[in-house]
Amino acid sequence: MFTSLFAALNSMAPEDLIVAALFIPTAAALLIPLCHRVPNLREAVTLISAVALATVTWSLYPYIIDGVRPELKVWDVGQGLTLSFKVEPLGMLFALVASTLWIVNSIYSIGYMRGNNEPRQTSFYVCFAVALASTMALAFSANLFTMFLAYEVLTISTYPLVTHKATPEAMKAGRVYLMLLIGTSMVLFLPAIVITWATAGTLDFTAGGIIPITGENALSPFLLGGLLFLFIFGIGKAAVMPIHFWLPAAMVAPTPVSALLHAVAVVKAGVFSILKVVVYVFGIDALTTTSANTWIIYLSAFCVLMASIIAMNQDNLKARLAYSTVSQLSYIVLGAVLATATSVTGGALHILMHAFAKITLFFCAGAIYVAHHKTEVSQLDGVGRLMPVTMFAFFIASLSIIGIPPLGGTWSKWFLALGALDAHYQFAMAVFMISSLLNTAYLLPIVSRAFFKPLPGTAAGQKVAIAEAPTACLIAISLTTLGCLILFFYADFALDMIKLVDFTGAQTNTASSPAAGGELLEGAFNVR
Amino acid sequence: MNALSWGAAEPHLPILVVVIPLVGALLTTFLRNGFLAWLVATLVAFTLPFITIHLLLTVLETGQPITYKIGNWEAPFGIVYRVDQLSGYVLSVIAIIGAVIMPFARRSVVAEIDERARSWYYTMYLLCLAGLLGIVITGDAFNAFVFLEVSSLATYVLIALGKNRRALLAAYQYLIMGTIGATLYVVGVGLLYVVTGTLNFDDMASRLSAAIVDPGQRNAVVTALGFMVVGLSLKLALFPMHMWLPNAYAYAPSFATAFLAGTATKAAIYLLVRVVFSVFGVGMTLENLPIGEVVIVLSIAAMFLASISAVFETNAKRMLAYSSVAQIGYITLGIAIANQAGLTGSLAHIANHAVMKTALFLALGAVFYRVGSVLYDDISGIGRKMPLTMAAFAIAGLGLMGTPGTAGFISKWYLAVAAIDDGMYSVVFLIVASSLISVVYIGRITEVVWFREPSKAAAQAKEAPLSMLIPLWLLAFATVYLGFDTRATVGTASEAAKVLLEGVR
Amino acid sequence: MEMLETFAAHYNYFITIFLMISGLFIVIARGNLIKKLVGLSLFQTSVYLLYLTPAKILGGTAPIYDESYKLYSNPLPHVLMLTAIVVGVATLSLGLALVVRIKEAYGTVEEDEIFAKDPEAE
Repeated sequence: MFTSLFAALNSMAPEDLIVAALFIPTAAALLIPLCHRVPNLREAVTLISAVALATVTWSLYPYIIDGVRPELKVWDVGQGLTLSFKVEPLGMLFALVASTLWIVNSIYSIGYMRGNNEPRQTSFYVCFAVALASTMALAFSANLFTMFLAYEVLTISTYPLVTHKATPEAMKAGRVYLMLLIGTSMVLFLPAIVITWATAGTLDFTAGGIIPITGENALSPFLLGGLLFLFIFGIGKAAVMPIHFWLPAAMVAPTPVSALLHAVAVVKAGVFSILKVVVYVFGIDALTTTSANTWIIYLSAFCVLMASIIAMNQDNLKARLAYSTVSQLSYIVLGAVLATATSVTGGALHILMHAFAKITLFFCAGAIYVAHHKTEVSQLDGVGRLMPVTMFAFFIASLSIIGIPPLGGTWSKWFLALGALDAHYQFAMAVFMISSLLNTAYLLPIVSRAFFKPLPGTAAGQKVAIAEAPTACLIAISLTTLGCLILFFYADFALDMIKLVDFTGAQTNTASSPAAGGELLEGAFNVR
Repeated sequence: MNALSWGAAEPHLPILVVVIPLVGALLTTFLRNGFLAWLVATLVAFTLPFITIHLLLTVLETGQPITYKIGNWEAPFGIVYRVDQLSGYVLSVIAIIGAVIMPFARRSVVAEIDERARSWYYTMYLLCLAGLLGIVITGDAFNAFVFLEVSSLATYVLIALGKNRRALLAAYQYLIMGTIGATLYVVGVGLLYVVTGTLNFDDMASRLSAAIVDPGQRNAVVTALGFMVVGLSLKLALFPMHMWLPNAYAYAPSFATAFLAGTATKAAIYLLVRVVFSVFGVGMTLENLPIGEVVIVLSIAAMFLASISAVFETNAKRMLAYSSVAQIGYITLGIAIANQAGLTGSLAHIANHAVMKTALFLALGAVFYRVGSVLYDDISGIGRKMPLTMAAFAIAGLGLMGTPGTAGFISKWYLAVAAIDDGMYSVVFLIVASSLISVVYIGRITEVVWFREPSKAAAQAKEAPLSMLIPLWLLAFATVYLGFDTRATVGTASEAAKVLLEGVR
Repeated sequence: MEMLETFAAHYNYFITIFLMISGLFIVIARGNLIKKLVGLSLFQTSVYLLYLTPAKILGGTAPIYDESYKLYSNPLPHVLMLTAIVVGVATLSLGLALVVRIKEAYGTVEEDEIFAKDPEAE
C-alpha cells in the first residue's frame, strides 16, 4: 500500500505536494472530531495523517535538492498581503523536522494520554493537528504576511493544549502563554512587518534581503537595529530573554504538548522565523556591513549563559529542561544574528539536532511521570534501575545536547562555533564552549543520580523490578534516541540542503553553483 | 446581480430604499400577529440588499453618482437622494446586516418580547432600518436630521422593550443624549443654511468655499462645523460621549442589540464623513479647528480606556458594548488621519466591524435564548453545551482581536500603514497595543465559556436552534472570508476614499 | 453703547443662546426625570428660534406670488421648523412614556433614588 502511495506522490508536482502538506493535517483536524466516539479510529486518523504528512514532506525533499523552488500563490489580499507559499531549503528542513517528529510524538501521545486517562482527548488531537497545519504553512511561507498568519494560528491552536488540564494553574500558564506570544507578535512583530512594507514595498522573502540599506529609502544602521529588535522580540516564540518565561510556565501542560512546544513546532517555529527574517528580509550582508546586529549578538550570548545557569537551579525536571531549551534557542538566534553563512548553517542545523535531543528528554520526563508520578529532580534517586531504557535514552540525548560525538548535536555546535570565528566574534565561540560545560552540569547529574544513587527505601545494590512506561512511550523514546545517533552519521541530508540557501541573492540558479560560504562547508566535511 | 432587471422600477430604486421599509412598517402595524409581522419584515429586509448592492455596483461601474430628485424638483430646491461610492457602500452594509439577522429574530423576539408587542417591535425595526438607510442615502442636510430622529426614536423603543427594567433607564438616557446630539447637529445645519442659503450637501459645499474666504461669515461656518462634529460624535459614541452606549446595548433585547451594534453608529459615522469631507472639505476642517488632532487623541483614548472597561466587565453584552466604543475609535482614527490608507481602513472597518460585532451579539443572543442571562457566572462552561455557537463566537472574537486571516486584521493593517504614511510611528504602536487589550477581554470570556465548569443554568442548556445558527455562522464565515477576499470591503472603500479625498480643497 | 446696539440688534440670538444653555443646564443638573425632559424641550425650542430669526422679515408676508406683495419671508425655515416641532413632540411624548414605565418599574422618577435601588443601572 505504501509503495503505491509513494509512486503516487512521486508523480505529483511539487506544487501539489505543498497543497498536500497543508491539507493533510487540516483534514485530520476535521476528521478527528467525527471519530470522537471511537478512540481507536481517532488515534488511527492521527497516526495515518502523521505518516502521510511525513511522506509528503520527504517527497518534496529531492525537488529542493535538485534546485526546484516550488511556489504556490493562494490568494492576493492586496497591499503586499499575499497568501503564498514557497519551499526553500530552510523551510524544507523545518518541515521535515516537524512532520517526522509528529509521527513519533503521536505514538507517544497515545501512550501518554491513555496511560494517564486524560480528559478531552479529542480536542487535544484536533488542536495538535491544527498546530501541525500551521507549522507547515509557516515553514513554507513565502512572505511575512503568510508567516505572521501561520504564526498566530499556531499560537492560538496551541493555547488549548497548554491549558489542557483546566486547573487554575494551567489557566494561569495559558494566560501567560497567550498574552506573551500574541502580545509580542502584535505589539512588535506586526509593526515590524508594517515598517518593512513601508520601507521595502514588499513582504516577500527574497534572497539577499529586501530592506534597503543604500539609496533613497534606506534605513540607517540605528533604525535597522531597531527593526531587528522588533523582529527578534516580536517573535516571542524564540524565547529570547526577557520574553522567555512563557516557556517554563507552559510546563503545566501534558508532556506530549511540552514535546510539541519544545521540539516539534512552537519554539522551533520561533527560531526558524528569526532565521528566515535574518536571511531573507535583512540579508546577512546588510546586517554585517551595518553592524546593526552587534547588540543582539551580545544579548543572545548572555541569554545562552544565563538560561543555562537558571536551569542548574531548577529542581522540577521539566522546568530544568525548559530553561535548557531557552538557552539552546539562543544558540540558534545567536547563529542567525552572527549573520555569516556558517553560523546560519549551524543555527539551522541546531533546529534539527536540538529537536531530536530535546524531544527525547521530554519523552523521558513524561515517561517517568506516567510510570512513577515523579516530577522533581531530587526524587529521581535510583530511577535508572526502575526504568533503565528511559534513563539510558535520557543519557544519550543529554550527550547530544552537550554536543559530544557521535551524536547529532556535535555538528550544529561545530558549525556555530566556526560561524562565530567566521564573524570575528571569538567571544561567542567561548560562550558556546562554556555553555557546553554548563549543559553538562545541569543534565548529567540527573543521569548519575538515577543510576548511581539507591532508590529511596532500598539498600544499595538491591535488585528492583523494572517498571517502565507504556510501550508506546518506549517506542517513541527509542526512535528519537536512535535519531540522535543516526543524525551524526547522516547529517549530510540536512547540510546538503542548507548549502543551497541563497544568502546573497547573487545566484540565480541555485542548482548548479555552490552557495556562499560553501567552501567552509566543504572544509567542515573534510574534517569529518 | 447586476444582470437583475428592475424594469420600470429601475430609475426609482433610490427612493424605494426608504419607501419599502416605511411601507413595511405601515403594514406591520395592521398585523397584530408576531409571526406575520416577522414575515413582512423579513421580506422587506431581504429585498433591500438587492437594491442597495445593485445601486452600488452601478455606481462603481460608471464612476458617477446616482441622483434621484424627489417629486422631480431640481436639486437645490427639492430634496435629492444621492448614491455615490461611499453611500452605496454604507447602504449595502446596513441592508445586508439588516437582512442576515432576520432568521435569528423570530425565536429571539418570541422569547424576549411580550406577545402583544411583537408586531409593534417589527414596526419599530423597519422604521429604524428606514431611518438609517435614509440618513445614508439623502443628499439634504435637514432631511438627514429627520431620518436621524426617525431611526433614533425607533431605536429608543427597541431598547426600552428589553426584559430588564434597566432597559427603560438605558433607553431614557439614550433618548436624552441622542436628542442633544441631533439638536446640536441641526443647529449646525441652521448656521450653514444662514450662510449658504441651501440645504443640499453638494450645493452647500460649492457655496461654502466663498463663505470661508469672507471673514464675516467665517466664524459662522467654523461654529457650524463645531456643532455638527460634536453632535454627530454624540450619535456615533465617540469617546467620551459614549456613556449612553454600554447600557443601551447591554439591556436591549438580543435582536435589537445585534442590529444596532452593526448599523446604528455606522450611519452616524457616515454622516460625519459626509459632513467633514464632502461639505466642509478636509482642508477647511483641519485648518480652522484642530479637529484632526482632537479626534486622533479621543480615538486613541477610546481604543484604550473603553477596552480596559471591557476587560473588567462581567456582563458579556456590556463587555462587547465597550468593545464597540473602542472599535469606533479605530474607525474615527482613520478618518482623522485622513489619507487614502486611513480612510480606506476606516471605511473597510465599518463593514468588518459590523460583521464581527453582529456575529458576536448574535452568539450572545443565542446563549441568552438558551440560558436567559449573559453574566459571566451564568454562562461559564457554556462552550461545552453550545459548541457550535461558541465556536462561531470565538472566530468572530479572533476577528475583533485583529488576528491575521480575519477581517479585523485587514482594517488594522490599513490603519497602521496610514499612520506610517503620515509619519506617526507612535500611533502604529498604540494601534497594536490597544488591540492587545482586546486579546485580554476576548481571552477572558473564552476562558469563561470554554474552560470553566458549566454553571447550573449552563448545564441544562442545549445547542441553539438552526435558525439562529445559520445567520451566526454566515457572519462568522464572513469574518474569515473578508480577511482574505477584500475586494468587497477594501476595494469599495478605497474607491470611496479616493472620491472623498478628491473633494479636498 | 456700541455693544448695547449689537445686543439690541441681535437680541433674539441671545435669547436663543439663553434658551439653549438653560435647557442644557436643566438636563444635566436636575435629577428629576420629568424636569430633564422639560430642559430637553427647551433646548430643542431654542433651535426653532435660531431658524426662524433669519427667515422672518419685518413687514414681510407669506410668500404669495403676486404683483401686490413685494416683501415676503423665506418659507423654507418655517417648514423645516414645522418638521422639527413634530420631531420634538414625538421625542417628548416618547420620553414621557418612558418615564411612566420607569415610575412603574422603580416607583420613583428621581435619578438618585433609582440609582440607589439599582446601583448597576448607572
